[in-house]
Amino acid sequence: MMFKPVVLWTDALVYLLIAALVAFGFYVSRREQLRERWGHVIRNRLAVASLVVLVAYVAVGLLDSVHFRPALPHTPGEQQTHYSSQILSLLDVVLAPLRTAEERTYSAPFAAYSYVKETVSGPGGKDIRKYPRLEYGGRQLSDPATQRIPDILRRTAWGVGEGLVLAVLLGAGVCAWRGWRGGTGFRQAAGEVLGGRTEVPWRVALLTAAAVLVLITVSVNLAPWYHIFGTDKVGEDVYYQTLKSIRTGLVIGTLTTLVMLPFAIMLGIMAGYFRGWVDDVIQYVYTTLNSIPGVLLIAAAVLMLQVYIANHPDLFDTNAQRADLRLLGLCMILGVTNWTGLCRLLRGEALKLAESDYVQAARAFGVGDFPIMVRHIVPNVMHIVLISVVLDFSGLVLAEAVLSYVGVGVDPTMNSWGNMINRARLEMARDPMVWWSLLAAFVFMVGLVLAANLFSDAVRDAFDPHLHER
Amino acid sequence: MFAYIVRRVLYAIPILIGVNLLTFVLFFVVNSPDDMARMHLGMRRVTPQAIELWKAQHGYDKPLLYNAKAQGLDRITQTIFFQKSASLFAFRFGRSDSGRDIGYDIRQRMWPSLAIAVPSFVIGLFVYVSFALLLTFFRRTYLDLSGVVLCVVLMSISALFYVIAGQYLVGKVLRLVPISGYDTGLHAFKFVALPVAIGVLGGLGAQTRWYRTLFLEEMGKDFVRTARAKGLPERLVMFRHVLKNGMVPILTGAVVILPLLFMGSLILESFFGIPGLGSYTIDAIHRQDFSIVRAMVFLGSVLYIIGLILTDISYTLVDPRIRLS
Repeated sequence: MMFKPVVLWTDALVYLLIAALVAFGFYVSRREQLRERWGHVIRNRLAVASLVVLVAYVAVGLLDSVHFRPALPHTPGEQQTHYSSQILSLLDVVLAPLRTAEERTYSAPFAAYSYVKETVSGPGGKDIRKYPRLEYGGRQLSDPATQRIPDILRRTAWGVGEGLVLAVLLGAGVCAWRGWRGGTGFRQAAGEVLGGRTEVPWRVALLTAAAVLVLITVSVNLAPWYHIFGTDKVGEDVYYQTLKSIRTGLVIGTLTTLVMLPFAIMLGIMAGYFRGWVDDVIQYVYTTLNSIPGVLLIAAAVLMLQVYIANHPDLFDTNAQRADLRLLGLCMILGVTNWTGLCRLLRGEALKLAESDYVQAARAFGVGDFPIMVRHIVPNVMHIVLISVVLDFSGLVLAEAVLSYVGVGVDPTMNSWGNMINRARLEMARDPMVWWSLLAAFVFMVGLVLAANLFSDAVRDAFDPHLHER
Repeated sequence: MFAYIVRRVLYAIPILIGVNLLTFVLFFVVNSPDDMARMHLGMRRVTPQAIELWKAQHGYDKPLLYNAKAQGLDRITQTIFFQKSASLFAFRFGRSDSGRDIGYDIRQRMWPSLAIAVPSFVIGLFVYVSFALLLTFFRRTYLDLSGVVLCVVLMSISALFYVIAGQYLVGKVLRLVPISGYDTGLHAFKFVALPVAIGVLGGLGAQTRWYRTLFLEEMGKDFVRTARAKGLPERLVMFRHVLKNGMVPILTGAVVILPLLFMGSLILESFFGIPGLGSYTIDAIHRQDFSIVRAMVFLGSVLYIIGLILTDISYTLVDPRIRLS
């Protein structure tokens, strides 16, 4: 075997989440009124554009969620294969040129020379201080001073061209598919898509996809030869770091709500449906949790987790597994502090629904409490759950950064935007300033959060009954 | 009304006990009193006598939750949990694990926190409401659209970026104010201005959008249509009817966070080196000083509950239809 597959805890949950999403898709496609609601979302131009961006992020995150341990080279005379203690993901394999291109220390974006002067022994045994050439950045150039800019421009143009070709191919594929399915033929379908006359805004989707594709191909053309976002203090490529951070952000944004969702739904509905002492107890629990300042609760719980991990080093084979457990722990803790709002909303809705005619009728027919809750109440509060899940996502991605800054976020060894910003703080105080880590984290984080915000707005507009009455 | 408030205050007691129990359990699941003693004595080789002495001095020499050796009520009261929590209810915070008087520290650090939090709150409320009112007035125009887009972009940017960019631009490039630090009296102004501005900017996106939604909701109500139908100019409709009615949810929403202003802002204070309660909390977290964390958690919970009660009262004040029972 060349590798040994590893399933981290968060990986397993990510797979579970994907399975749940597929099942949810099936469920929606079978139900007329849900399909109609999602139709509203998908006809919204901003929502479609942000969906395309989100898909790109999720694709990177998923590639980064398939982990394995590569086999170490065989020592002759040994039967057993040994596996590296380093856990790699598919994304690491794709980004191998970036991952292995380590410089000695800081270098600016697209630089061919180091950012820091070093003493090198010059001709004649004299030591001179100069900016040494980078080992990887711009290594193909014989004279960076004259060749660097033309080389970058040439590669960028090449990347733009490739991206546009891919985008045209994709567009042609979509048109062909629409023409074949609608029976109108390719020509007319292409006319409709290009003229923006389709019901689903395909033109917007394709334009966004083209932009994303161009960005990808440009970076594919440039990244093996230059450090697009420079390198950090130990010489690691910042572009690689920020791509790896995508998974952390996505995991925090999705798993946090997911882990506590069953709790919130169950408790909220039970409180509203049974009332009486059940309601009192549940209300007491969430008021108590709510009244503790969130950061303090998270800090206390994360410190606890840290001590636990430090005391049980034997539980983890590798560093990555340890960092992963901390990430999962952080998701759970954030979930604990976050579920109360949803629980309160569901309680209020369940209070109303328990009085509705159809629930009264079901009760009169002798249907048990549990079947009533599952059959009549849960489906009628799902829109609240959905809205709160998509609205929470972006807030959680932002919260990760703040928590990592306070020192109670993800493991310091894990790639995350919070850790990048945290390190960048000290770099900003340097003179000359090192700004590229901050820029990379900023660009990728804003991209994700903005897309998520726009998409969640569209979902809320489509599913919130209050907004529809007007 | 009075009976209602009394009941709410009484109801707060089990919640506060729960809060204390939770922080207590969270902390002592991983940290035994022996560990604490070892950490604070800070020596590699600590004699068992020294540990016992430290525990006795700091009141950690009793069982955690239940004292099996004692008799009667003492089984509950002669424990670390009861001893440490009971004094909190009298707002006697005791001494921190490093020996400082927590109550004194809190009273000292309260003022810098308030110096940041109160102006941010007041200026913020004014800016957000005026901005939201402006967008509502020009609803369904490009001004409104671009304003909303701006809000979404602003709320997609992490607060950390505002702080870092603000410190860089205003503090380092323009050199208008010092980058961090604090001073008492009128000199505080130049230290406070930037954090307040950044605090206001950080909330601009989300808050404005929220207020705009509120105003738009009022806009769709019947009394607005009536006001327009009787020929009232749009300007008067906005200020006399929409703003006045929209202020009800805005003010009651603001009341709940009013007491929590005491707690200060974690990020702003630690970035700008302001000796307030927020940075006090962060330092305590880093030092694992349990006494301070517990005191701050307790204070935060009390303030939150006060906020909830104030909200209920303010509802009855602004909306005579609501009666507390």
